[in-house]
Amino acid sequence: MGRRVLVTGLGSFWGGRVAQALEADPAVDVIIGLDTREPGVQLDRTEYVRVDESYSILSRIVQATQVDTVVHSFLVVDSNQVSPRQMHETNVIGTMNLFAAASQPDSRVRSVVVKSSTLVYGSTHADPVWFSEDTRRPAFPRLRVERSLLEVEGYVRDYAADNPHVAVSLLRFSNVLGEDIVTPISKALSLPLVPAVFGYDPRVQFVHEVDVVRAIMFVLAHDLGGIFNVAGDGLLPWSEVAAICGKRLAPLPPVGRKTVASALTRLGVDMPLELIELLTYGRGADNRRLKQAGFSYEHTSAGAVHAFAEAARLRGTVGRPRAYRYERDVEAFFRHSPAVVRDRGSGA
Amino acid sequence: MAAEKSPGARQPRRKLVAVPHPDGEGDARVAAESGATAADTSPRAPGDTAPEEPGADALRLSDVDEWGRSQHLRDILARLYDPLYEHWFRVEWEGFDKLPREGGALMVANHAGAIPADAPSIMHGIERDLGRAVYGLADDVFKRIPLVNLGWSRLGGVQAHPDNAYRLLREQQQLVMVFPEGSKGPGKHYSERYQLRRFGRGGFVQIAMRAGVPIIPLAIVGNEETMPIVAKIPTLAKALGLPYAPITANMLVLGPLGALIPFPAKMRIRVLDPVHLDVPPDQPRYSRSRIMDTSEDIRHAIQEELYDMLSRRHSVWTG
Repeated sequence: MGRRVLVTGLGSFWGGRVAQALEADPAVDVIIGLDTREPGVQLDRTEYVRVDESYSILSRIVQATQVDTVVHSFLVVDSNQVSPRQMHETNVIGTMNLFAAASQPDSRVRSVVVKSSTLVYGSTHADPVWFSEDTRRPAFPRLRVERSLLEVEGYVRDYAADNPHVAVSLLRFSNVLGEDIVTPISKALSLPLVPAVFGYDPRVQFVHEVDVVRAIMFVLAHDLGGIFNVAGDGLLPWSEVAAICGKRLAPLPPVGRKTVASALTRLGVDMPLELIELLTYGRGADNRRLKQAGFSYEHTSAGAVHAFAEAARLRGTVGRPRAYRYERDVEAFFRHSPAVVRDRGSGA
Repeated sequence: MAAEKSPGARQPRRKLVAVPHPDGEGDARVAAESGATAADTSPRAPGDTAPEEPGADALRLSDVDEWGRSQHLRDILARLYDPLYEHWFRVEWEGFDKLPREGGALMVANHAGAIPADAPSIMHGIERDLGRAVYGLADDVFKRIPLVNLGWSRLGGVQAHPDNAYRLLREQQQLVMVFPEGSKGPGKHYSERYQLRRFGRGGFVQIAMRAGVPIIPLAIVGNEETMPIVAKIPTLAKALGLPYAPITANMLVLGPLGALIPFPAKMRIRVLDPVHLDVPPDQPRYSRSRIMDTSEDIRHAIQEELYDMLSRRHSVWTG
């Protein structure tokens, strides 16, 4: 019998990408995707279930579908994306409900992957150049998004401790860049002048979007369990990142970061506070543990930046491709109508 | 014995469940557990190399390494600093051949002068005459100040974090310099010149033990007189967030320019015999008494050497 996988945040970039990768895997029988929003990518056999932001009906879904694998890909890691309240609901309450559902006595869940972020290490002047999975962060977390993710990781740890028979993998991803993903960093690098903090040129690290999905699939395939940093090899100065993208820097004042962040946001520049901190002190995550487990990256940090820059140049000429639009009835027809001949998936 | 604590003791509870390590990482721990001192100076196993091999990534545009150091900028600075080194401070070394041509080593020295001229002189001398990069570990004060942090890190400064030191010394076998007195050294009054302050909490000894590298003490004479502190303004220091805000003799003589221009004191650097720490590397913890004893021994050795050098010095300016 193949795997039955539950993906949270199907409508998000990562949920959609992971579901696509799972669909391509013949060992996966059933894929169920949850989200408040409809999927943004075309999916052939993933079942989409609309839920509220804190996943309150999750235990019923887990029970009814008898999933054995959970991919928790929907954690908010960008504080400008949603309100603080919503971030708390989605990250902390959502995760709590997910693990409550997964730890029911008759739960069949045997493998859980959580997509967290290297934001949990913070970015301060007291940091080491490289954070390993076990490095204790030197400074108290001041940012809301960092505290939120740390709280989530607390639930993950508790669940792992209470359920030793489940392989719980916590992946901490570095800053993602690539052809398609849109983040505050990719937006900053698309501006005519790239924001930088005056008097600082920190080293930053990137991971290519392809490596993100590959890492999730790798961890699933091997049921690894444990904490892993996922980040490309090497650190490069922010000025070099801008240079690769063919952009000049526009210095921001090195004081009053909170004021600068909110002023820029009001001007329409998506500059969350955690990005300004990153552009001041930088951050490096030691990626050796996942490599030792057998994973190999397709892209280095610099490679991810190059991939992004090339895609940006192409888009500058031909524009963004038309987005896929989810049509509930059409999707239901293809999945469930007896008229459709299905030669793969669970029925095969 | 120094290595009584089990290596597992330091493993934080953060690890969720047992993480399988097919090979590699376990080796060092196993070796440490059995008390073996193999791999003392040899680099780590091939599967365990650093995430970044400088220059290996062909997509890079600059030569800034993972520590923020740029050889290119270092070379430019060397051309500017060399006249100062040769003709202003007229730096002279004794026992230069005791510095290792390869392998990691931790250099410790006395630290003095409101803006200490000892650090750039040591780094310049070794990089020029030994042809090896030197990384200087420093307080996070450097990392907090705009522009200063940038210059400092491009020229080889690294945040003094134990993980950074371990990686530089153990995994990359680099030459690392540290001033165990911290800001207490340069921040002291001129009347206390050449009186070594407390050597922190002996962290530098612990780092050298973990990394399995020798400690090379350096004694420097002349740095105290380059920028002597005659008074301190604690309220200003507090307001600026600096460890000390001095009034220097240079300011009294040269006016505002004196804030930056050092006196041309003759600088002499003596390299002491390397101290090899006879303990297995990679232990999670070492005996506190052993650390403090070694730290005190090294401090004492540098202090004695300073007295010897001062007793032979005829003039502050000509040496």
